[in-house]
Amino acid sequence: MNLTLKVWRQESPNDKGNIETYEAKDIPAEASFLEMLDIVNEEIIVAGGDPIHFDHDCREGICGACSLTINGVPHSKENGITTCQVHMRKFRDGDTIWIEPFRARAFPIVKDLVTDRASFDRIIASGGYISVRTGSAVDANSLPVNFEDASESFNAAACIGCGACVAACKNASAMLFVGAKAAHLNLLPQGEPEKDKRVLGMVRQMDAEGFGNCTNQYECEAVCPKEISTDVIAKLNRDYATAATREAVE
Amino acid sequence: MNSLGKSLCRFWHSSIGKKIVVALTGAMLILFLLGHVVGNLLVFAGREAMNDYAEFLLHMMHGTGIWVARIGLLVALVLHIVATVSLVRQNRAARDVDYSCKETVQASKSSRIMIWSGLTVLAFVIFHILHFTVRVDSGLANLHDPANPDRHDTFGMVVAGFQNPLVVLFYIVGISLLCSHLSHGIASVFQTLGWRSKKVAGPEKKLGWAIAILLWLGFLSIPVATMMGCLGDPPKIHAAVEEPAKAE
Repeated sequence: MNLTLKVWRQESPNDKGNIETYEAKDIPAEASFLEMLDIVNEEIIVAGGDPIHFDHDCREGICGACSLTINGVPHSKENGITTCQVHMRKFRDGDTIWIEPFRARAFPIVKDLVTDRASFDRIIASGGYISVRTGSAVDANSLPVNFEDASESFNAAACIGCGACVAACKNASAMLFVGAKAAHLNLLPQGEPEKDKRVLGMVRQMDAEGFGNCTNQYECEAVCPKEISTDVIAKLNRDYATAATREAVE
Repeated sequence: MNSLGKSLCRFWHSSIGKKIVVALTGAMLILFLLGHVVGNLLVFAGREAMNDYAEFLLHMMHGTGIWVARIGLLVALVLHIVATVSLVRQNRAARDVDYSCKETVQASKSSRIMIWSGLTVLAFVIFHILHFTVRVDSGLANLHDPANPDRHDTFGMVVAGFQNPLVVLFYIVGISLLCSHLSHGIASVFQTLGWRSKKVAGPEKKLGWAIAILLWLGFLSIPVATMMGCLGDPPKIHAAVEEPAKAE
């Protein structure tokens, strides 16, 4: 199939950047979206140009490295998958495809479609961990966890930290990411003792990074490749209110 | 500043803290609107019922009740607006370069115009207070209850106040935007206060829509019924409005 690509090109973090048009010719329908970009890049390199830079790693939909906002939707309109799992058979011959980076002030562009998502790492470093040694694997039944909490924690833990939630939110809010990472630990007995410190630390770091605020439109949930529910945002709101109240009283 | 002051300051400056302020003040304003519409619907029970209700509000707790309510509502409204405007400014700063190709997946139209519906409702509220509370129109301010000339004729004021089609049109626009605002706002209160989960999200969303629709019907029934002549004889009301001018 032949496609027209409208791709965001930006030489460096301080460059203004602009959309450039490329013709992608003879793209096999079975190619993945990233393979399609590989093919286009080979042609650009042969012609002596600078290839399109984009993030990628496992190409199996599990690492969270790939990004790209495809036709205005992070990871494309396909539900529950990452960009590397999008295949060209979902497009039609002659289509025009807009390819932009995950846009947020807290995700500065490094080059072209590559963004620096280290702000997520700093949020994790501010509380997204358990600071005691939990030991080696113990008997599964020695520390009881009820089924609902275990399920919710497991679902939240599926977050791969790709940043699509931020990219989709009109406010560039990171509430789904922070909510998932906090809920993952807060729901378990190992994470419960540091719950207040964790929530206060992570939310304050999230604000300091310059992410926006959740306005409950749930675009994040719609594009999340791991289909994490916005229930984790409600839980984060509740946990933050409780932690802030305890902090004020103590 | 003591530790409590510091904590409150940190709460206000946090994204979630400010959103909780918006949710709590929004909830207060929703409760007021529910009470306001029920009271206003007494207009359909006739002049005496409406004027008794207005007199009760004015003299509640020896006249202090209405001022406690007014100050409380004003504080809630100001906090709601200040916190929201601050959040919107932060939100706009959070994406310095916008997408060239934008697509919405599931956000409702009401949720996407919250700041604009809210600011239009603010303009409407100012007009409404000047219209029926401050009564900048002396014709509406000088109406007297025919059965008890010592008290203001609130019923007559409502009927006279809705004789102008442009005023009625502004009320229709203002109330419609208010209800659009609430259709998203009520469900958002539950989410922001942490009372939403997949199990209750559906009923909460329906509750938001139900309250918004009931308020829309309740508030707009009054100007529409007045325009249709269901609340009495407009000429008599006009005569009452024009009386002070004749006296001059």
